[in-house]
Amino acid sequence: MNDGYPFTLAGQSLVALGSGALWWPEQRLLCVSDLHLGKSERLARRGGAHLPPYETRDTLLRLQAEIDAFQPKSVICLGDSFDDTTAAQSLPERERIWIARLQAGRQWIWIEGNHDPGPVSLGGSHMVELPLPPLTFRHIADPAQSGEISGHYHPKASIRTRLRTVTRPCFLVDGDRVILPAFGTYTGGLQSADNALRELMREEALAVLTGKTARPMPMPR
Amino acid sequence: MRDLPDQIDSWFSSQGWQIHPHQREMLARAADPATLLIAPTGGGKTMAGFLPTLAELSDRAHQGLHTIYVSPLKALAADIKRNLTRPITDMNLPIRVEDRTGDTSYTRKRRQRANPPHILLTTPESLALLISYEDAPRIFAGVQRIVVDEIHALADSKRGDQLMLALARVQALAPGLRRVGLSATVDEPAAIAHLLARHPDPCQIVQADPGPDPDIAMLETRQAPPWAGGGAAHAIPAILEQVKRHKTTLIFHNTRAQAEIFFHKLWMANDEGLPIGIHHGSLARAQREKVEAAMVAGQLRAIVCTGSLDLGIDWGDVDLVIQVGAPKNVKRLVQRIGRANHRYNAPSKALLVPANRFEVVECIAALEAAKAHDLDGEARGPGPLDVLCQHILLCACAGPFDADALYNETRQAGAYAALPRADFDACLDFCATGGYALRAYDRWQRLQRRADGQWHLRDPRAAALIRQNIGTIQDIDTLKVRLKGRGGTPLGEVEEGFAASLTPGDTFLIGGRVVRYESLREMTVEVSRNAGREPKIAVFNGTKFATSTQLAQRILAMFAQPGWPQLPENTAQWLGLQRSISRLPQAGRLLIETFPHEGREHLVAYGFAGRNAQQTLGLILTKRMEEMGLAPLGFVATDYAVLIWGLDRVTDPAPLFDRAALRDGLEGWLAGNAVMKRTFRASATIAGLIQRSHQGQRKSGRQATFSSDILYDTLVKYDPDHLMLRITRDEAMRGLVDFARIEDMLDRVQGRIDHVRLDRLSPLSAPLFLEPGRVPVQGAGQERLVEEETTRLLAEAGLGELG
Repeated sequence: MNDGYPFTLAGQSLVALGSGALWWPEQRLLCVSDLHLGKSERLARRGGAHLPPYETRDTLLRLQAEIDAFQPKSVICLGDSFDDTTAAQSLPERERIWIARLQAGRQWIWIEGNHDPGPVSLGGSHMVELPLPPLTFRHIADPAQSGEISGHYHPKASIRTRLRTVTRPCFLVDGDRVILPAFGTYTGGLQSADNALRELMREEALAVLTGKTARPMPMPR
Repeated sequence: MRDLPDQIDSWFSSQGWQIHPHQREMLARAADPATLLIAPTGGGKTMAGFLPTLAELSDRAHQGLHTIYVSPLKALAADIKRNLTRPITDMNLPIRVEDRTGDTSYTRKRRQRANPPHILLTTPESLALLISYEDAPRIFAGVQRIVVDEIHALADSKRGDQLMLALARVQALAPGLRRVGLSATVDEPAAIAHLLARHPDPCQIVQADPGPDPDIAMLETRQAPPWAGGGAAHAIPAILEQVKRHKTTLIFHNTRAQAEIFFHKLWMANDEGLPIGIHHGSLARAQREKVEAAMVAGQLRAIVCTGSLDLGIDWGDVDLVIQVGAPKNVKRLVQRIGRANHRYNAPSKALLVPANRFEVVECIAALEAAKAHDLDGEARGPGPLDVLCQHILLCACAGPFDADALYNETRQAGAYAALPRADFDACLDFCATGGYALRAYDRWQRLQRRADGQWHLRDPRAAALIRQNIGTIQDIDTLKVRLKGRGGTPLGEVEEGFAASLTPGDTFLIGGRVVRYESLREMTVEVSRNAGREPKIAVFNGTKFATSTQLAQRILAMFAQPGWPQLPENTAQWLGLQRSISRLPQAGRLLIETFPHEGREHLVAYGFAGRNAQQTLGLILTKRMEEMGLAPLGFVATDYAVLIWGLDRVTDPAPLFDRAALRDGLEGWLAGNAVMKRTFRASATIAGLIQRSHQGQRKSGRQATFSSDILYDTLVKYDPDHLMLRITRDEAMRGLVDFARIEDMLDRVQGRIDHVRLDRLSPLSAPLFLEPGRVPVQGAGQERLVEEETTRLLAEAGLGELG
């Protein structure tokens, strides 16, 4: 856990991990957002390019590494876990079994996202959002709420070091909420300076860059 | 010999023109399946290409499309249309001429398909699009001739490969098609003839009188050129003097950024207010057209430009060409200069202006080579497979096809004559299923095989997507730049990466003026005028030329002289200084310099192995340095040297150059580096794996798209034998890697490595600091920088205790 950045939200101690996952030690709860499993299948189905069909495998490998390391009691997938509901149904048998193995012996919650609004035929519970007072887990941030953990925006941030600019997916953290970076392999990012994110986050918000070590910095606006 | 119809003959007489011998020969060879004409500019090359068409069409018998004319530039097609329309109208010939390029309106294009003109003027991309339509067989049925203009410019590129594949398709639809290529002077006409002709048809080469040798010299300047820098500011008074003495002067630069800076400085020194314009590929079209029109009208005394003016535009009364910066390639220099002084049989006049002292050496070597007619050229390998993948998809858009027939047709294109069937099948499989080891897309195949054995598009709607992705020109993501405010004037484009590095208040040069960055709105960079401040320089995607091997060898030979009487005093002194402070590179030895500069450690290896091999050396060396914990941050390569910078000092460079270790390094390195990713991105886009981004689509939010680097990494990890990785490796080995030349260099050096430690940069290394094309290394050094900066920012924000 020494690669994570610890912070508190609504009095709860949380850790932003370098992998892009969020760890809640007290609850032994691991949260990941925007896995976009089955993205390549969806693009091909819609007549687009045939991307290398390995993103589900790669995403699950990285998720498994986090689960092996933390042995969570609960895992929350914070929405857009599948690129669409058909992609969820079309997952190859091998990957469905893999997910079932990851779920064994723990609570698993699929929060609905805009890409996967309906329930999917995989183990685990399906919810629109999950209140675990004082925190609430939902896919898209609600500006009126506080103590909220969400995803959806795939935030990324750029830092100008003295020799070059480095851009990475990041957590956005302030006193009201944390927005998780996308965990899926085939995902892009939205700059933290984008209006949508600037309006959501307080002036003093931090961006926590993912990477070998999670590194906090003032959120670039 | 074939006689000209009377009306054409008398029109020539009425113009007071004589038909050139090579034009007569082209007429005589009109029935040959393929002919290549090599002629200097001003030699009536285009007319030679069209005369047989005019003769054949003058009898009013032909219906539909007769001749397709292809040029590398849209502007050229428009020009030719003007130049052909006059004689056709004068002679009252029943010939309809139309152009068809990316600029042609949709309705007009539809009409052309329904009712094609006799002569169609187009570009390789527009022709590729035409063959992808269902009605291609009807459009091309009666075509007699195809004229490929400036074929020397196309022969070096994938655009040429795409064009020749398209020609094979047209030829299958119109078996009587005859081919004509028009080329400037080249070193190996036979190689171009091989590309042009249907394999294995013969192709006769017709040589026009090349005219007198050009008059080229180095410009004498009162002030010495600086040690480093690409601006040539020292030469501005002398250049203005030359502009005053000539009617119209073209001032060429090697990159757009250099052209911008030079124009800015030239304008400041232009006390007499001579009309001077600027022209390069990053300027808005309206801006460019304005300059072109003013040039044709003779209103400009000088134009600062890049290679975008090389082709196509009528050079009018240009009587002097100035090349600023070393000409990186003798052939290109001679072709460029040949365009000045548009009269046949008059020598063209050119001046070379070296921007720094290293370039003085290069210029002298180039002058000697040009005088010796020692044109350089590099052989191209077999036809690239990414272009073939695109071609297969385009053929599928037109209708079902038979794989055997398409394979045989493909091998009629010279570059693909030796294409193994297995490679063709791999490309077809890639187009159909993605070609992955994991057969994931059997349900969603792009191409499916019908019961009758024909391949067809599973989803006909995919045709639109495939057509959008047409072409082989790699466009880097750019953002439009315009003046802030309602209906602000568009100024041009900058690279997205450059735009991302700007913060409000930063200033940069575009179109010769300094502008201030205000904001980014809907993927457009908004700027305001601000002439008062020193600009930050826009990093344009300027074309980078590689200096040829011949030039590199000439330079190394020059270094070995005890003194340099043929060089200007200042340059000879500079080389002498290098010899006394450090050493001069020698054939048969490898010079390594290390020194600190601006807070970083530097290492320079003077391998003289050519840009590509030096680049590979940079990649492998930085990888080894990373493993040794030396925290390299990046490197830049030229034809002569590679400059590496990093956080830590290299005390003993010799082990870095161990041959076995370098070869091991090559294997490991091929998997994950920036050059391979760049190559992958280009090839994957051409092959249709990555969709080109369109300005309109990009507005909709960036989180939907992700970097092609992710696709590359995923393939390397899970499917290392995939066709796209093979294409990338072949491409890099052939173009960007060139490992054989590193081994040649090591053979010559035999371990004779001279390491010189200096307390600051050496005279010879100074120009390297201004080279474009720096390659970053993303390793431990970068981690350290991120840690340093995040910690500093947090402390500055008073949040230090959080980190």
